[in-house]
Amino acid sequence: MTGQPLIRLENVDKHYGALHVLQDINLEIPQGQVVVLLGPSGSGKSTLCRTINRLESIDSGTIYFDGTPIPAEGKQLAHLRSEVGMVFQSFNLFAHKTILENVMLGPQKVLKEKKSDVEPRARLLLERVGVQAQADKYPSQLSGGQQQRVAIARALAMEPKAMLFDEPTSALDPEMVGEVLDVMTSLARDGMTMIVVTHEMGFARHAADRVIFMADGQIIEDAEPDQFFTNPGTDRAKDFLSRILTH
Amino acid sequence: MDVLLDESNRQAYLSGFTWILLLTLVSAVFSLVLGVILAAMRVSPIPVLRWAGSMWVQLFRNTPLTLIIFFCYFGLFSTLGFKVSNNITVNNFWLGVVGLSVYTAAFVCEAIRAGINSVPAGQAEAARAIGLTFSQSLTMIVLPQAIRTTIAPLGSTLIALCKNTTIVGTIGVIEASTVMKDLINSNGDAVIEVFIMFAGTFAVVLIPTGYLFNWMSRRWAVKT
Repeated sequence: MTGQPLIRLENVDKHYGALHVLQDINLEIPQGQVVVLLGPSGSGKSTLCRTINRLESIDSGTIYFDGTPIPAEGKQLAHLRSEVGMVFQSFNLFAHKTILENVMLGPQKVLKEKKSDVEPRARLLLERVGVQAQADKYPSQLSGGQQQRVAIARALAMEPKAMLFDEPTSALDPEMVGEVLDVMTSLARDGMTMIVVTHEMGFARHAADRVIFMADGQIIEDAEPDQFFTNPGTDRAKDFLSRILTH
Repeated sequence: MDVLLDESNRQAYLSGFTWILLLTLVSAVFSLVLGVILAAMRVSPIPVLRWAGSMWVQLFRNTPLTLIIFFCYFGLFSTLGFKVSNNITVNNFWLGVVGLSVYTAAFVCEAIRAGINSVPAGQAEAARAIGLTFSQSLTMIVLPQAIRTTIAPLGSTLIALCKNTTIVGTIGVIEASTVMKDLINSNGDAVIEVFIMFAGTFAVVLIPTGYLFNWMSRRWAVKT
């Protein structure tokens, strides 16, 4: 499968009423690449991220995942989503289930694995993200940073081919951002294909292979992090960087 | 108080409230099942199901229960020949259950739908994102959280259902309110006592029911 991108967007368009939120997006993401989506709010970066597992539908164009177009609805779509992990800004852990149950639910109900097979793996994942001691608690008993790390473990339990992060640290208190970014950085090092919408410039600089800068529903720049941060090619990007880096 | 000490009056009283209890329990089960199905239809991704669920609610929520019960008797039974038993009282009981259930299901549906709407949208999104289907996400993630916030309103609906069962008296089930009317007719000197006895029985059962549902809703509340 070398040479074929894991994720490919072809002429993707989407409107919210009069707002043209994605304008003719073309993008290829190879296996193992860590892509950071940057841009001012309203630029369409979150929407783009969410179209890849079809939490957002598109008006026209095609999105391929692992060589096949993303199905519209039903069982095939559910199957595709099981192969793409997603981490949300607001964690979205299942409030009525314990931490361990949150991590085990997908493998048991979607992948139909036996509880006895899933539990050791789930506990190992919780250990990997550093919340093994909280396994029997409920989400509301954990800090934001802990919840987000559990959310990452929940996504990893499905053994996904790619992970989407939609502003994973934006709802966190500043002192908890680091612990989540650490987990993400280690994932990136392990070769996970990642698409990360974030405002964390440190993460973009150090962990990303590629930075995509969006504005007004378009991809304005597509560069390596070093080049993007030291020598942005467009005024929009320069303007954006000057706003966020001077603070 | 003599009227209540009379053995045959006491039998009538007990039999009246037994019908009330049976009508309430059986209709509660049917309207809960039907209400959950209707609520699932109303939040489903299939437009025709959403439309059908919404039609049901509009139709039955806005029709007086007395008319629905009359329709069950004169329409379903007399005209269309719907019959589940040759025993006329038993048949009337089931006609009453049909009327009460289709009516109450509309309220159960709306209570559950409000509960579903109270579950943050992110819960369903996260469920879909790990690959659960619509029905899995509804039954495993959304409904368990919705039902808990729906307990208190469902309690009110159950209390209303219990009181509404007296309307089945109009189609020939000798339930409590019919017994009360008969006792008042034949004991003109004890109207207040008879009334207090019957109304008090409802109150004695229903007030704790209300507290029980409030307690359950607190006990099972999902902390967020």
